[in-house]
Amino acid sequence: MSLDKPYTDIPGTTIFDADKSREGYHLNQFCMSLMKAENRARFKANERAYLDEWPMSEEQKQAVMARDLNRCIALGGNIYFLAKIGATDGKSFQQMAGSMTGMTEDQYRDMMVKGGRSIEGNRKIGEKK
Amino acid sequence: MARITSSVYTSHVPAVGAALDLGKTAEAYWQPVFKGYDFSKQWEKEQKPDVIFLVFNDHATAFSLDLIPTFAIGTAAEFQPADEGWGPRPVPKVIGHPKLAAHIAQSVIQDDFDLTIVNKMDVDHGLTVPLSLMFGQPQAWPCPVIPFAVNVVQYPPPSGRRCFMLGQAIRKAIESYDEPLNVQVWGTGGMSHQLQGPRAGLINKEWDKAFLDRLIDDPEGLSKVPHLEYVREAGSEGIELVMWLIARGAMSDLRGGKKPTVRHRFYHVPASNTAVGHLILENN
Repeated sequence: MSLDKPYTDIPGTTIFDADKSREGYHLNQFCMSLMKAENRARFKANERAYLDEWPMSEEQKQAVMARDLNRCIALGGNIYFLAKIGATDGKSFQQMAGSMTGMTEDQYRDMMVKGGRSIEGNRKIGEKK
Repeated sequence: MARITSSVYTSHVPAVGAALDLGKTAEAYWQPVFKGYDFSKQWEKEQKPDVIFLVFNDHATAFSLDLIPTFAIGTAAEFQPADEGWGPRPVPKVIGHPKLAAHIAQSVIQDDFDLTIVNKMDVDHGLTVPLSLMFGQPQAWPCPVIPFAVNVVQYPPPSGRRCFMLGQAIRKAIESYDEPLNVQVWGTGGMSHQLQGPRAGLINKEWDKAFLDRLIDDPEGLSKVPHLEYVREAGSEGIELVMWLIARGAMSDLRGGKKPTVRHRFYHVPASNTAVGHLILENN
C-alpha cells in the first residue's frame, strides 16, 4: 500500500516527506556542507567544480547554479538546507522566500508588512477566493 | 524537589536574531516586535529560573539528513551557537544541566518516549533567538538550559497528541528530581508562516489567535488537531507549533491542578516571513 499523502492538494506547497528526502539527499547534504566557511569559499570560487564533487543529478546542479529554489524543492531540496545557499550569497530568509513567489523583493516585503499572504483561496487547489 | 513554575511560548524567527545582533531593534519595523518582550524580560529578572527546559527545532544545523531524531535531549555540559551559514550569532555559549537532563531522559524513556540522547550538539537560532528575546543581550545566559530538539524538518513531525503527552511525562520527570530547582519549560517556533514555494508568506491571524486561545483553555482538544490542519491553515513551517504542546503538557493543570495564569500574551505580524506569537503561563 502506498503512503497516504493528504497534503498534495495544498497550493504552492511541497511537503518534504520521506520520498522527497530520499530524492534530495545529496542536494541537501551539499547545502549542509556550506555551513563551513572554507567550503563556502571553495563553492564561490568555482560552483560547477564544487557541485561536481557531489553525486547530484545534472538537473539538481543546474537548479542550484540558477538559484531556482522552486526547482530545487521540486527535485527534493528542503528550504532549511537550501537556506545555506542563500546565506552563502548573503541573502536573507525573506529574500529567499520572496524569490519563490514570482514577486519582487519590495512587493513581497510590502505584502508581509500588510499582514502576509491571505489564507483565503490558498487552502486547497481549485478553491474559490 | 524540582518544580515547573511556568511555561513560555515564543516564535524564533532568524531575522529577529539578526536585528538584535546588528543593533536594529529601535527601527520602526522591529520596534513593535521587541516591545512585545519588554514585560517578559522584566518578568524573567523577577522569576530567576534555575534551569530552562527549552523545546525547539533544529533547522538542518546539528542534524543533517544523515540523522533525523524525532525527539533529542541535549545532555552535554555546554552547547556552542552554530554557524548556520552567516557565521555564528555573537551570543554566549549555552550551559547545559547534564544531571537533570540525564534524569529526565531516564524517566521519560521509561515512560515509553524513546528519546535520542545527544552529548554533542551546536544550537542554532531556534534555541538562541528565544533566549535573546527573553533575556536580552547579557554576557552570559542567566541559567543552564536543557535543549530539547524536535524534528519538524522532515514530514511527519510527531503529532500534537504525542507532544502533549510527552510534556506530561517531562513534568513527571522534573518533579521527581531531588534538588529544589525552579524550572521553566519553553515551547518555541511558529506561528503561521511558510518559507517555501509560491504560497510563501502565508499568514493566518484568525487561526493563530484561536490556537493561542485553545492552548490556554483547551490544550487537550488542541492536541488532537491533525498535521494536515497545521500545514493547510498555518503554512508548511507553521507545523512547528506542535512543539508548544510539549510545554503546555508540562503544566500542572493536566494532573488535576488549577488552571495556569496567563501572565503575558502578545501577537504581531510580521517579523520577516512570520507571525510572532508569545505567551507566558504561570502554574498555580
